[in-house]
Amino acid sequence: MSEKQRLTRDQIAVRAARELPDGAFVNLGWGIPNLIADHLPVGITVYFHSENGILGMGRRAKPGEEDFDLVDAMKVPVTLIPGASFFNQADAHLMTRGGHLDVAVLGAFQVSERGDLANWKVPGAKGAGAIGGAMDIAAGTKRVMVCMEHTTRDGQPKIVRECTYPLTCLACVDTIVTDLAVLDVTERGLLLRDLVPGWTAAEVQQLTGAPLNF
Amino acid sequence: MKSKICATLDAAVDSISDGARIMFGGFGGSGFPNNLIQALVRRGTKELTAISNNCGTRDGELSPLFKSGQIRHVIAAFPGPHSFAFQERHAAGEVTIELVPQGILCERMRAAAAGLLGFYTTVGVATEVAAGKEERVINGQRCILEMPIHADFAFIKADKSDGLGNLTYRLAARNFNPIMAMAAATTIAEVEEVVSVGAIDPEVVVTPAIFVHRVVVAKGIRYV
Repeated sequence: MSEKQRLTRDQIAVRAARELPDGAFVNLGWGIPNLIADHLPVGITVYFHSENGILGMGRRAKPGEEDFDLVDAMKVPVTLIPGASFFNQADAHLMTRGGHLDVAVLGAFQVSERGDLANWKVPGAKGAGAIGGAMDIAAGTKRVMVCMEHTTRDGQPKIVRECTYPLTCLACVDTIVTDLAVLDVTERGLLLRDLVPGWTAAEVQQLTGAPLNF
Repeated sequence: MKSKICATLDAAVDSISDGARIMFGGFGGSGFPNNLIQALVRRGTKELTAISNNCGTRDGELSPLFKSGQIRHVIAAFPGPHSFAFQERHAAGEVTIELVPQGILCERMRAAAAGLLGFYTTVGVATEVAAGKEERVINGQRCILEMPIHADFAFIKADKSDGLGNLTYRLAARNFNPIMAMAAATTIAEVEEVVSVGAIDPEVVVTPAIFVHRVVVAKGIRYV
């Protein structure tokens, strides 16, 4: 439809990284969120959490530097920053569920206007689905941010009134960063906080399945 | 006192019989008791219930036990995109699965370890996970009742053991292993090295020996 420029996946990650406060404890999910660690603004220190029991993950390990007992939740060999720690998986999720993490950034298939999240199973797909840590992380983290494309490959809105995909968690999403805009989930509904240059609020509204306040 | 140190991997798994419920440590390719898994394949024990984060990766981790048809039911959080042997058995209806949110999987095992009979959580409310579970409202929050997960055995991977079974782990290979060690009736640890009693500083013991029943030395196998 439109020939206007949308953000690339890396650019979405750059925009989302600007939302992270200095010194925050942050969990990054699969997909676009995992790119955020490479795009932190200069001068910001973030303590990345991994559900296999790491706080203080640094950059990805370089070739030859990998230790396969030091991997993130996507199995990618990583490094540590000073002040890092190890713990078991139950304590890792005690941090997620118990509200100890400052921010979690997750991928999503759909987000509803009330912040319901669907990100673990595609309806009708083969197989058992893949919950992983998403339900614990979504339910308990102080601030849940979603990074995703604004629409599906065939142009359908991923931000909707009601999720039609299997739910991960009710009313958990606080902020949505897409290739078109940044939106906050508020008590009054979705608030359009930021637009990608070249796009108007009316155009983003057309590609969104729920009403926007702006 | 009878030694917990087993001479061989096969001796370490020699009391496991058909129908056993077994927890398997490991996450992200790290901390899997791959040598014990191979010993269980050799033993041929059937009708197993496996409890693990995922359901095998390519040819490694739990995959050999799915390939051999020894696992009948699995309780897992994330079957995994490369759990091909599991996927085949599951599609054929030969293996059933209970999907559990990862932190709830940990906590249900920890409840079993701690002698708790269950707990309420907001995790999974209004999702497929809540199906058939008691729901109530506590302090204005909807929550569901989760029950403990017990097991006959835990297969875990640790770094060092002393002669008593006090264990340490390496980096993020710790993951599920200490929880499972506490939750199962009998815990079998595959370790890189056994050192003498007293050689591990009590300050750095992660799994105390009370939770460990058998220890076997094996060079770690890693599937990437």
